[in-house]
Amino acid sequence: MAKLLEINDLKTHFFTQDGVVKAVDGVSYDLEEGEILGIVGESGCGKSVSALSIMRLVANPPGRIVGGEVLFDGVNVLNLSDAEMRHIRGNRIAMVFQEPMTSLNPVLTIGRQLTETLELHQNMSKNEARDRSVELLRTVGIPDPESRIKDYPHQFSGGMRQRVMIAIALSCNPRLIIADEPTTALDVTIQAQILELMQGLSKEFGTALIIITHNLGVVARYADRVNVMYAGKIIETGTAEEIYHNPKHPYTIGLLKSVPRLDEAMKTRLEPIDGMPPDLVNLPAGCSFAPRCKFTNDHCLQETPTLNTVDGHHMSACFRFSELDELTKAAS
Amino acid sequence: MADNQENSNGATDNEILLEVSNLKMYFPVTSGIILQRKVADVKAVDDVSFLIKKGETLGLVGESGCGKTTTGRAILQLYKPTAGKVMFENQDLTQLDNSSMRAMRRKMQIIFQDPYGSLNPRMTCGDIVGEPLKVHKMTSGKGEYRDRVSELLSVVGLNPYMGDRYPHEFSGGQRQRIGIARALAVNPSFIVCDEPVSALDVSIQAQVINLLEELQDQFGLTYLFIAHDLSVVRHISDRVAVMYLGHIVEIAERNELYENPLHPYTKALLSAVPIPDPVVEATRERIILTGDVPSPMNPPEGCVFHTRCSEMIDDCRAGIPELREVSADHWVACIRSEGY
Repeated sequence: MAKLLEINDLKTHFFTQDGVVKAVDGVSYDLEEGEILGIVGESGCGKSVSALSIMRLVANPPGRIVGGEVLFDGVNVLNLSDAEMRHIRGNRIAMVFQEPMTSLNPVLTIGRQLTETLELHQNMSKNEARDRSVELLRTVGIPDPESRIKDYPHQFSGGMRQRVMIAIALSCNPRLIIADEPTTALDVTIQAQILELMQGLSKEFGTALIIITHNLGVVARYADRVNVMYAGKIIETGTAEEIYHNPKHPYTIGLLKSVPRLDEAMKTRLEPIDGMPPDLVNLPAGCSFAPRCKFTNDHCLQETPTLNTVDGHHMSACFRFSELDELTKAAS
Repeated sequence: MADNQENSNGATDNEILLEVSNLKMYFPVTSGIILQRKVADVKAVDDVSFLIKKGETLGLVGESGCGKTTTGRAILQLYKPTAGKVMFENQDLTQLDNSSMRAMRRKMQIIFQDPYGSLNPRMTCGDIVGEPLKVHKMTSGKGEYRDRVSELLSVVGLNPYMGDRYPHEFSGGQRQRIGIARALAVNPSFIVCDEPVSALDVSIQAQVINLLEELQDQFGLTYLFIAHDLSVVRHISDRVAVMYLGHIVEIAERNELYENPLHPYTKALLSAVPIPDPVVEATRERIILTGDVPSPMNPPEGCVFHTRCSEMIDDCRAGIPELREVSADHWVACIRSEGY
């Protein structure tokens, strides 16, 4: 399949009073048409900023994309003019944000927010746009869309608002939807509804999907491929099965072990990752994860590891990935 | 595994620490600008009964707005309950006057969800942890006070020299540790943990959960652990209660509840929890609930869950099903469940 999105060595830095925060520091990955990619990481690892960089929505100042390229359909979006970029945003790449409460405009009806996009990007007339909006709301499972279209965001529940957000994202048949923690603010039973919906729509319309989340469980069911991020870098990438069954980075292993699982036998104690995520202004020399890693050696402290191929497309940024199985065994 | 939690403090299994019966917490909805008339009630907690044994952890799970936090606060009398009894060490907390209640608070503490909002930004970490000591006059002299604060900080894994720092200098996980130290300051026997880990990063969550378990062993604490994450609740609890729209719909011993859920809501809730394993997920059957949680201002007639339930029959609309014991220590409020 053709590459829809290709990101090469993307660097987004924030220039603050305390120093330069390297929120995204040399991230590369690509995405095929219709593929679902999960980006997993903890707060501050740069997963949201990397997505905002694709859309060129990073607040400047203090943020700036200082290097790399983002090829969307072969065109580097970082070189586009603002007008050209506006034509891509919402039209060919759409975004679903974490907070369904705050990302809709409270003083406009749901219908207006949907038709606005359609009239702007698709040159539809008012009536056409309204009909299409009703149809979109029905697609995302909002009951009685003809009358709900006149309602304001506060008249919807959290899950319903997230459905409206998805409807807006879908409205122009984008090629790519970036969902930044789409279910974090929602309850578990609603989470399941929204993710099923997004997967179904992606299959139906062939839209590629990037799901950003801190919850490893959320993407396991839906993602074709998973990128794990830590301190501004991708530290492991592979198919969902490779990442969950055969993780080759101590951080990924730690993440998987530190959460209790419903389908596993009870453990007396959880196995947390020691320490705290690093300060992005003063990153340690060498591997950023080294201070929290059980298997650190001198090499890790001196040199920064890059992604190395484990097997096929499965890559890990750990010098010792080939020894990890034995090391873990020896440690336990 | 559960044994080391239950019996580590030497408490007998059946000693009851807290008994909540028919607890109701209604919040009035008023209308009018000058003359406020009550037009309705938000029935946040409606007729909830359960008990907590000494040294155990009762998990309380449910979705947002189901009344789990309100239950925790009403137990501690942070809200004045509309009706019902809360028996703690053979005293009914709802009948106590303010000064006896304040004395009682020494035995019951709370850890809040939001480690950012629940610490005063203008107080140092040491002052925050030490404040309950002053309020309850638990130390005599500055030296003893300082020693106790240092001790508390080291108990929760913070360095005593951090006592001079302000909350903004700490990370989320560390702030939650400060909140825990503050709760421990008065040597309580009972702690309400209100979503203590949901605001924390995954790798930090496990640290705080382990800390809570260690402290329970060390000080013989009893927890009411309120959370929406069912995997975490399974890990930490001895018994689990499931709440929906102000009612407890099921309550059972931990393994029993997770292996043999009876209420359709519990089943749906468990099936919706994602498991970090694509192979397991691919074969797992998922019950997707339709619709949203109804408004607690205007709950449905009869069983509150019937609007979203796949097993609903006409009788479900007839009346609110009471919580009944269907097998040993397994209580459920559903007329469709086996043995009800």
